[in-house]
Amino acid sequence: MLSFIVRRLLLLFPVLTGILVVTFTITRMIPGDPCDVMLGEKATKAKCKIFKQHYGLDKTIPEQFARYMLNVAQGDFGTTIRDRRAVSDVIAERLPLTIELTILATVFASTVGILLGVVAALNRNSTADTATMVFANIGVSMPIFWLGLLLAYFFSLTLKDTPFYIPPSSRLSPGVSIVPLAKVWGLQNLKGFQRFMLLLVSNSAILNALLTGNTKLLKDALWHLILPALAVGTISLSVIARMTRSSLLDVLGADFVRTARSKGLRERLVIYRHGLRNALIPIVTIIGLQIGSLLSGAVLTETIFALPGIGSRAVEAILSRDYPVIQGFSVLVAVIFVFTNLIVDISYAYLDPRIRLK
Amino acid sequence: MTAATAELPLVASSPIADESPARLALRRLLQHRSAQVGFVMLLLLILTALFADRIAPFDPLLPLENVVRRSTPCIHLLGCAADQPQHLMGIDGNNRDLFSRVVYGSRLSLQVGITTVSAAILVGGLLGALAGFLGGWPDDLIMRALDILMAFPSLLLAISIVAVLGPGLINSLLAIAITEIPVYARVVRAGVVAVKDHDFVTASRALGASRMRLLFVRVLPSSLTPLIVQGTLGIATAILSAAALSFLGLGAEFPIPEWGLMLGEERNSVFNAPHLVLFPGIAIMVTVLSFNLIGDGLRDALDPRLHH
Repeated sequence: MLSFIVRRLLLLFPVLTGILVVTFTITRMIPGDPCDVMLGEKATKAKCKIFKQHYGLDKTIPEQFARYMLNVAQGDFGTTIRDRRAVSDVIAERLPLTIELTILATVFASTVGILLGVVAALNRNSTADTATMVFANIGVSMPIFWLGLLLAYFFSLTLKDTPFYIPPSSRLSPGVSIVPLAKVWGLQNLKGFQRFMLLLVSNSAILNALLTGNTKLLKDALWHLILPALAVGTISLSVIARMTRSSLLDVLGADFVRTARSKGLRERLVIYRHGLRNALIPIVTIIGLQIGSLLSGAVLTETIFALPGIGSRAVEAILSRDYPVIQGFSVLVAVIFVFTNLIVDISYAYLDPRIRLK
Repeated sequence: MTAATAELPLVASSPIADESPARLALRRLLQHRSAQVGFVMLLLLILTALFADRIAPFDPLLPLENVVRRSTPCIHLLGCAADQPQHLMGIDGNNRDLFSRVVYGSRLSLQVGITTVSAAILVGGLLGALAGFLGGWPDDLIMRALDILMAFPSLLLAISIVAVLGPGLINSLLAIAITEIPVYARVVRAGVVAVKDHDFVTASRALGASRMRLLFVRVLPSSLTPLIVQGTLGIATAILSAAALSFLGLGAEFPIPEWGLMLGEERNSVFNAPHLVLFPGIAIMVTVLSFNLIGDGLRDALDPRLHH
C-alpha cells in the first residue's frame, strides 16, 4: 500500500509541472504588453522599464518560467492589480468558503445519492425506481445556477415566516462574525506558510467555530450553506444515484452473490457486505470525478448566493482583467483537483487489493 | 420468419441472424423508453428552432412600447383580459417579450451544442487517432499533454480560457470546445488501440493499404460507437457550460437571446419577477434533458453486453 502511494505521489510531479506550464502560458498569451495591462493608464516608458525589471519580464522566457516556478513553490502568486494585496492572502481569505461548500455538497450528494441508488436497485422497475431515475435524469440536466435561484426563491420567499425559512444570501447573519484565530491565540507574529495556514483555518467559519467552541457561529455558518450546498450537490447526487443503481445491479447478478445467498446468508448481509462493497469502486470513481464539477458548481453558486469564495472573486478578476488572481486561482484549483483524484486512487487501492498489486 | 430458418430454432430465435448490427441497434434505440421521450423533446426543439420566426409573436431583440417592465405573463386562456396583447412568459427587464426570446434561444442553444462538440470531436478525435495509431513517443506526448488539460475542472478551465481570450459568445464556445478535446481524444484512442492489431487490419496492411487508409477506413470506424454516445452526452454538457458562461457574463452578450444570459440578466429580480428566471431555465433543462435521454438510449442500444 505504501509503495503504491509513493508511486502515485511521484507521478504528481510531471502533472504539477504541466499545470504550471499551462497557467504560465495562459498569462503569456494575454494580448498586449503586460505592462500596459497591469499599470493601465499609468504606463509610461520609464515606469514600464522599472516594472519589467521588478517582475523579471526583461529576462528570457525559460528564466521567467524558472522564476515563476520558484515563486509558486514558495507560495508567492504575486499581487492583485486592483488593491495590491498578495494573491496568497486573497486565497487564504476566499478559499475556505469554497472548500466548505464543496465538502458539504459532496457529503450531501454521496449520502443521498448512494441511498437513492440502493433503494432503486433493490426495488428494480418499481415506482420508487422509476421515480428515482426520472429525478436523476432531470437532476443532471438542470443548470446549477437556475436551481440555486429557484431554491432561494422557495426557501426564503415562499417559506418566509415559517420555521423552514433559510436565508438566500451572504455567508453569516448580521451580528455574527468570525474572530481571527491569530487574535484568539495571540499568534500575530507568524510568517509565511504558517501564517497562511492559520489564516486559512481562521477564515473557515466552520473550523473556526469548532476550534473556539462558538456554537452560534457554527449554526449560522451551516444554516447559510444549506441552500448553496443543495444547489451544488444536486447534479452530482443524480450522477451518483444512477451509478450506484447500475453498479449494484451488476454486482447483485454476479455468481458470488448467488453463492452467498445459497449458503443461507441473511439478505441484508448479502446486499451490504457482498453487494454494496463490491459495487463501491465505480461509485467512488464517480464521486471523485464529481469533485471537479462540484468545484465548478461552487463557483457558479457563490455568485448567486453572494458568498465570498474564490469563484465569485475569480469572476470579478476576469471581468477586471486581474491576471495574477486568475493565474493563482487556476493553479490552486488544478492542484486541489489533482490531489482529490490522488485520494480517490488511494481509496480504490484500499477497496480493491488487485489495484494495489498491479 | 421463413420456413428455412424455422428448422433451425437456435439461429432463428436470435435477432442477429436476420438483422445487421446497425439495424439491430437502431431498433433497440427506437424501443428504448427514455430515448423515445428524448427524441420527441428534441424534435419539438428542432421545430421550434426552425420556425422560430413564425412561432415568436414579437421581435426578440427590440424593446416593446406600452408594456410594463417585468410584468407577469398575460395568457388569454388563463383569464388575462382579451383586449391586452398576449405575452405567454411575461415581459423582461428590457421591455422585450420573454416568450419570443426563449423561442429564438432554441436556435442558439442547438447551434452551440452541435458546433462545440463537432469541433472538439474533430480535433480530439484526430489527436486520439494519431496517438493510438502511431504509439510510442507521439502517443505519450499527445496523451500526457491532454492529461494536463484534464487536470483542470472543465468549466473552470473554460473560464480561464475566456479570461485570456476575453468575454464573448465565440470565445466562450472556443473555450468549451478546447476543454472537451481530451475526452474525445481518449475515446478514439481507446478504440484505435483496441483494434489496430486485429487480423483484419493486418490483412489490409498485407494487401498494401496505405497508413492513411488503414487508419481512416479500417481502424477509425470501430471507435464510432463510443464516439456517438459520448458526443450526444457531450452536446448536453456543452449547452450547460455555454449557458453557465453566459450567466456569469463571460459568454453571449446583450442583446443576444441566449438562455443563460437571460437568467443572468434577471437573477436579481428572482424575488419580484420569478417568471423571468423560471422559463429560460426550463428551456435549458428540457434541451439538455433531451440530449441526455437520447445519449442514454444510444449507450444501451449500442452496448453489446446488453444484446440479449
